[in-house]
Amino acid sequence: MSDQLFAQAIGMCAAVLLLSAVLLVWRRAQAAALPLMSLQGLALASLVAVLGIQAGSRELLELAALVLVFKAVGLPLVLVRSSQGEQGGAPLINTATSLIAMAGLTAVAYVVSAPLSALGSGPTVQAIPVGIALVLYGFLLLVTGRHAIVQLVGFLVIDNGTSAVAFLSSGGVPVIVELGVVLDVLLVILILYVLTGRIRDEFGATDLDDLTELHD
Amino acid sequence: MGVLLIAPLAACLLLGAGVVGLRRTWLNRYAGVLASAVVLVSGLAITTQVLGGATPTALDGLLRADALTAFMLSAVGAVGLTATWGGLAAPGSTSARAYAYPALIVAFLLAMSLAVLADNLGILWVAIEATTITTAFLVGHHRTRTALEAAWKYVILGSVGVAIALLGIVLLYAATVAAGGPTLSWVALMRPNLGLDPGMVKMAAGLTLLGFATKAGLAPMHSWLPDAHSQAPAEVSGLMSGVLLSVAFYGILRVQAVTDAVIGPGLMRGLLVAGGLLSVAEAGALILRQRDLKRMLAYSSIEHMGVIALAAAVGGPLAIGAALLHMLGHGLAKSSVFVVSGRILAVEGTTQIAGLRALMTRRPGLAVPLLAAMAALLGMPPFVLFFTEVAIVVAGFQRGMGWVLTVAVGLLLVAFIGLARHTGDMAFGAATVDEEPTGSVEPSDTVDRSWHGPRLPLFAALGVTAVVGFAAGPFADLLGQAARVLGGGQ
Repeated sequence: MSDQLFAQAIGMCAAVLLLSAVLLVWRRAQAAALPLMSLQGLALASLVAVLGIQAGSRELLELAALVLVFKAVGLPLVLVRSSQGEQGGAPLINTATSLIAMAGLTAVAYVVSAPLSALGSGPTVQAIPVGIALVLYGFLLLVTGRHAIVQLVGFLVIDNGTSAVAFLSSGGVPVIVELGVVLDVLLVILILYVLTGRIRDEFGATDLDDLTELHD
Repeated sequence: MGVLLIAPLAACLLLGAGVVGLRRTWLNRYAGVLASAVVLVSGLAITTQVLGGATPTALDGLLRADALTAFMLSAVGAVGLTATWGGLAAPGSTSARAYAYPALIVAFLLAMSLAVLADNLGILWVAIEATTITTAFLVGHHRTRTALEAAWKYVILGSVGVAIALLGIVLLYAATVAAGGPTLSWVALMRPNLGLDPGMVKMAAGLTLLGFATKAGLAPMHSWLPDAHSQAPAEVSGLMSGVLLSVAFYGILRVQAVTDAVIGPGLMRGLLVAGGLLSVAEAGALILRQRDLKRMLAYSSIEHMGVIALAAAVGGPLAIGAALLHMLGHGLAKSSVFVVSGRILAVEGTTQIAGLRALMTRRPGLAVPLLAAMAALLGMPPFVLFFTEVAIVVAGFQRGMGWVLTVAVGLLLVAFIGLARHTGDMAFGAATVDEEPTGSVEPSDTVDRSWHGPRLPLFAALGVTAVVGFAAGPFADLLGQAARVLGGGQ
């Protein structure tokens, strides 16, 4: 792959990652979450594949397949199952405020990424702030979402952002750690899926405003 | 020698598989006790090796034990034994079918053992995240609305918090890649002149500290803790409060040692002082107006983690040694008092402080261990927490952080007053008729002397807490070596 094509491919993947996250925060509707999470997983898998092709690394290509299976297919399916029959809950802040907040968070992501220039100035390093921005968007979803499903999506976006930073900054953490992380995330999502079901059985909905019995 | 490192992990795996596969009543009942005992014995065996000058490794260096590992593994085993043995259900109440609970307890002990044995930041992260996974359903075990609420908050805050730590670890790894020697191993990261970029290490250190501090229950990231610790079954609360918080803090200590060597102690010290003081202050304020015994104990854990954070901020052999000893003493005392709270809940039907009165005259078998364990937690001499707190304050003054420790002592007094007053109310407070929970009113002349569970684990745990402050010889050597491991160069 020529350097120019590589830079374009990395830029394209990062752009799709960012776009899918922006749409997730903007749309909020449960029905939109599934295709958007799939798209984000696909973008992340493509990113890993591009890095693998550039480095000629078989290991990275295998990881790309793993990311594709888990993040573009598996986890979104769990998500759609746990959100069946749910109405999208109104978030704590309206769409306009969310978009302004996201613009601010994107700026923050670029500012805090300044120390990463120590890694060089290639196309991968220039894309790292996108991963950081994803993590911040995930927090925005977690803080403003009143619905169990929105918090689940927020957690997944944070994880995708962290993975993107890992692959862009170092070509991925050691494989044994990567596998452990994937397994942990999968189990956390399954636990949240089971808990969502129990919350619905117990409270009749997954509106987290009902979870207010414990306080001081 | 490496077999000693694999032994506790393999034993826990086998026990867990046995519980799920065999479905025997006796195994379900004793699995947690057996697993804790194996972890404790391995920890002590590794301790003797480490004191003999060896550094056992296993699995191509993925597992490695230095003095700090040996100490932490022994602490996991000792606190685990107190909680699981003391919390043994009455014979006949466990069934062969209820295998999920013991299997999760064993998996929880496995995850904590792996966290302290791993010589790799990434594996440490995976193990700490696994503690959240294994305890999620333990917290929600009672399946009430409040237990469900606590479990949800715990999983979301716990896993998101730890996800921040992963971002930090990823950046630290990227820094080592840029410096030409990709590694996440402690030993490699502690070598001098790695050439890591200070800006990246600073960012990585802040994020990792923030993430692990969430799991360690430091304010202001502690909001899951009182809910989870008050809703979980007593032995789970004892394990989480007594040793899980310390295992998460162990992660902070390791990262602090790595980053201090690159960027100096300033950043971590500032963050730890802020978190420590805030934890002690918030815990003190909320203990004073607490109405529930288990929530009060949860806030007391936040207070003690705050003290440990201040000790880590002070640094140096005296403060670090005291912090490690404080972890052990707090773990044993806190798991004992949670075990007693479980028995109180079983017998009295409530853990509301207002509903528990005159326990000393009505149920001395519950009141005596409660008072002894609370005295240990309050840091009364001869219990070890007295000596560790004094040592931390002295170390603070020696290293020019006197004002921080002066403020902390003032805040600790508030927590002390709150805990002492509530404990006094429960043990000696006059029973009033309207506060007596309905249905459990008994004739006043019957005195219940039963301990409502095994006595030995409580005797052993509190006995160790009482004498360990005076222990010298190999034990002091171990603490000194562990502090040196964190002080740079091993």
